[in-house]
Amino acid sequence: MSANTVLFDAVGPKARRRVAVLTIVSILVSLVLAGLAYAQFYRSGQLAPSKWAEFHQPSTWQYLLRAFGNTALATVGAGAIALPFGLVLAVGRLSGVRWLRWPCTAVVEVLRAVPLLLIIYIFVSGLPPYGINPDVFWKLVIPIGLCSGATIAEVFRAGILALPAGQTEAALAVGLTRSQAFRLVVFPQAVRIVFPALIAQVVILLKDTTLGYVVSYGELQQSSKVLVASTGHLVQTYLLITVIYIGMNVVISNIAGAIDRRMSRRRAGTGAASTPTGAPLPGQDATERQLSTLA
Amino acid sequence: MDVLFTRYLGTFADGLWVTVQFTVVGFVGAMILGVVLATFRISPVPYLRGIGLLYVEIFRNVPLVSLLILVVYGLPEIGITIDYLPSVMMAMVLVGAAFACEVFRTGINAIPAGQVEAGRAIGLGFFGVLREIVFPQATRSMVQPIVTLFIGILLSSSLAGVVGVMDLTAQVSYINNREALGLVTFLVAAVIYASIALGAGALGARLEVRFRVLR
Repeated sequence: MSANTVLFDAVGPKARRRVAVLTIVSILVSLVLAGLAYAQFYRSGQLAPSKWAEFHQPSTWQYLLRAFGNTALATVGAGAIALPFGLVLAVGRLSGVRWLRWPCTAVVEVLRAVPLLLIIYIFVSGLPPYGINPDVFWKLVIPIGLCSGATIAEVFRAGILALPAGQTEAALAVGLTRSQAFRLVVFPQAVRIVFPALIAQVVILLKDTTLGYVVSYGELQQSSKVLVASTGHLVQTYLLITVIYIGMNVVISNIAGAIDRRMSRRRAGTGAASTPTGAPLPGQDATERQLSTLA
Repeated sequence: MDVLFTRYLGTFADGLWVTVQFTVVGFVGAMILGVVLATFRISPVPYLRGIGLLYVEIFRNVPLVSLLILVVYGLPEIGITIDYLPSVMMAMVLVGAAFACEVFRTGINAIPAGQVEAGRAIGLGFFGVLREIVFPQATRSMVQPIVTLFIGILLSSSLAGVVGVMDLTAQVSYINNREALGLVTFLVAAVIYASIALGAGALGARLEVRFRVLR
């Protein structure tokens, strides 16, 4: 936050008064808004203790914990598809062989330009007539893995391109083959550059698994629907689940951000692996990577 | 295959129109709210900076599906009835604005401090510096992220189908459930989405070249 303070001077007496007035006004505005929201909840009777009763029972939490297990399983499963798929696409896209480069580019561009839900629908109702009818887990996880793989491919590609060409040239000069140069010199460094961006990608995966709601895979979002169907406490359940999702994602984002800052400090210290043009490295702002998928 | 274009052309068009509405309103709304939030986040008022940060942390990390369900099904339960389309748009704007805010903030932070200091030295105030110095330069580096944001909003509009709003993706799924046309319907929809997204990308690339400043 302190990085932004360059936009204004250290406040003098007059400006300090203005800041104080603005602070008081905005605190009042937010109090009024919070009060209105509370009144709306109160008037509609949603705050009645009976409406929250099931969250005092351990069985509800056991149920949600199992659902969380499925969410975690889907996230890991999608990641396990996305990571190798993305890496293959990135390498293919950077390859010198044209018939490898073009299809990989096409796959990446198309997967990044088509909604995930459409691909899920293809797996749910488009492919079964052709005899491809996997378990509902895979109907959710494979599309997420494909879409996320295309994003990860771009992350990897940016990471590889961010390395100075001298690294590859030096590796070739000491007699390594092209694939050795990639495996032993380029790849390990690129992974370090993109690592924070990959962690940030987990947030996107976790968000994407909420589409289990659509395919009826028993992850958190879908399980909360089941819970609502039995208790009828819609606002309470969905509010709680949404807060849980936000909490998990905030934790993961902040871990990614912390790793990111630590690594940029180290990069700044050694001066290594910065782009010659001064363009931001892919991992430098983890939020930027998230932009590709708002969902 | 023929039935797709004879009987369902209108259905397709309906879905596409809903998707276009969501994308345009979502994008414009997100940009406007995003500017306000970005101003909060760089303002001299610590409380506003905190509010901006809190907003971004919440809405950047909320799954749109969860928020859509909460807004569309939850608001009527607490006595606020809004139509389906505006509800979806609201959720999209809320999430999009958090990302837009970060695009603007990143763009503003990329301006060298000397530029701002020079502006202040010739007597410009907070908004004067923003308007005359920061904004014209920041827009140039923001073209690509804004295009990415637009594509993100286009693709995320498909999630409206989760709460039963018939956008393009939902219509396609509906058509396919009735007619069992295999992959054809999906491919047509995919082509529509991809041409909008890739078209926006190409436009962004051209704008970027035009706005580029050679230093």
